[in-house]
Amino acid sequence: MPQKITRDDVAHVADLARLALSDDELEQFTGQLAAVLDHAADVEALDVADVPPTSHPVPLENVLRDDVVTPSLDRAEVLAQAPAVEDDRFRVPPSLGQEP
Amino acid sequence: MADATPATTDTAVAIAEAVRSGERSAREVLDTHLAAIDAREGEIHAFNLVLADEARAAADEIDRRVAAGEDPGPLAGVPVALKDNLCTRGVATTCSSKILEGWEPPYDATVVRRLADAGAVVVGKANLDEFAMGSSTENSAFGPTRNPRDTTKVPGGSSGGSTAAVAAGFAAVGLGSDTGGSIRQPAALCGVVGMKPTYGRVSRYGLVAFASSLDQIGPLTHTVADTARVLEVIGGHDPADTTSIPEAMPALESVLGDGVAGLRVGVVRELMGEGIAPDVAARVREAAEVLAAAGAEVGEASVPAVTYGLSAYYLIAPAEASSNLSRYDGVRYGLRVDAPTTPEMNLASRTAGFGAEVKRRIMLGTYALSAGYYDAYYGKAQKVRTLIIRDFAAAYESFDLLLAPTSPTTAFPLGAKVSDPLTMYLNDICTIPSNLAGQPAVSVPFGAGDDGLPVGVQLLAPALAEAPLLRAAAVLEEGAPS
Repeated sequence: MPQKITRDDVAHVADLARLALSDDELEQFTGQLAAVLDHAADVEALDVADVPPTSHPVPLENVLRDDVVTPSLDRAEVLAQAPAVEDDRFRVPPSLGQEP
Repeated sequence: MADATPATTDTAVAIAEAVRSGERSAREVLDTHLAAIDAREGEIHAFNLVLADEARAAADEIDRRVAAGEDPGPLAGVPVALKDNLCTRGVATTCSSKILEGWEPPYDATVVRRLADAGAVVVGKANLDEFAMGSSTENSAFGPTRNPRDTTKVPGGSSGGSTAAVAAGFAAVGLGSDTGGSIRQPAALCGVVGMKPTYGRVSRYGLVAFASSLDQIGPLTHTVADTARVLEVIGGHDPADTTSIPEAMPALESVLGDGVAGLRVGVVRELMGEGIAPDVAARVREAAEVLAAAGAEVGEASVPAVTYGLSAYYLIAPAEASSNLSRYDGVRYGLRVDAPTTPEMNLASRTAGFGAEVKRRIMLGTYALSAGYYDAYYGKAQKVRTLIIRDFAAAYESFDLLLAPTSPTTAFPLGAKVSDPLTMYLNDICTIPSNLAGQPAVSVPFGAGDDGLPVGVQLLAPALAEAPLLRAAAVLEEGAPS
């Protein structure tokens, strides 16, 4: 198993997940995530080198449907739920030229 | 028997047959349940939203159809509580999260349509742990739900609102979703029947996603027969869900009386020891005796890898959640916190909109998927998932069904585990393996613990074996201590 999760790791992960954490939250989450990951270390003893991973419990492949037109969601109804709309599109603040 | 019980514990089957025959009106049935809501909802908080007016209109329509000689369907006039992560067109669907507060979906979940087509009447949207992440319904942005059997205790979770609604007589049927036990564990803690069907049996279209390879919708009911009837209504193939199983639903309700003679039932050794309260384990052993007395061949089964289920689950489920919940970005729906740029708006909206447990799981999942850790955590957990599936397959060579506790303990006090996530997660050790394997399992009320609170025993079956599973559940229901 990798090294114990650090406060810096948690800050980095929060950044990846687009979450802003306070110092208190950082502290608390570091301890709580470490406890869960410690518990998960019990799988370390298992030899699974030759075991294939399971990503999905039901083996379904190539699920296709007939290529026919069916009703889709009503545009006005969908846009009515958006925080901001302009010209039938979702409106957002500027994003180009900014650091993420 | 039905005459002696109060109206609000009437079963779905009894209500539907009485409404279909004209013996009771759907409106009278509904009003009885709305009266129960008026009397106790302030104390229980099962609902995020009660839809009294809409329900009255729906009930009146059922009565109009009966009067016109039509059959409204197998759930005619049955009041239903929907977990508030099931989409209802034009009706707020919050997932008990501030990030979706006020959102009105532009479509109905498939299960919502199928219930309506069968004559059911939706009475409200039920509380849950935010985005179904929790085992106590305390992680709701709108406050906790209390256990109707003892209001100082949690109802379990995450489908605690739907379950409490049934236990309190607010609705005859609840629909929940079960990702790691979120139907079965609250069913056990509140003393009702709760079932997770085979993965893919029930369409997930319109179920707000938590962990897509584990999530499955299922019923919460007073009786096994009600569970069978509801599952026949909501189950079956749906082209709108690409993971939906093509096979037709088998007959369930009509085979419930077939008994368990000759069925081989194994008590799962690994789920009867450490971490399981002695009174709960005692009920499971008594349940095994009931099955044996009814003609089942009962033995001890070993499924060694289930002991690694919790570890695998708490890497896989958060990983999938971190991906699924990336859609909440303040752009197309839900909460937006204004900021000068889109990245800042995304960050501010997510930070303000998600509660602590959701943030914790998003972080855990993001970490487990991040560069340098993927193989050690997520990749390894997926391999452990394979081991669990293999061990179940081996056990099912010797047994038709397995028997285990549902929850390691009876209902615990509100607040007891909120500050320690790992302790809370340990509630799920007996239920998680079925989700990882995609297999059906049902919790049946079976007596009480030393504290007098309900105990649930869990029956597990191979994929698609809902019929023998519910036959055995019916035997346990019949033989449960009164």
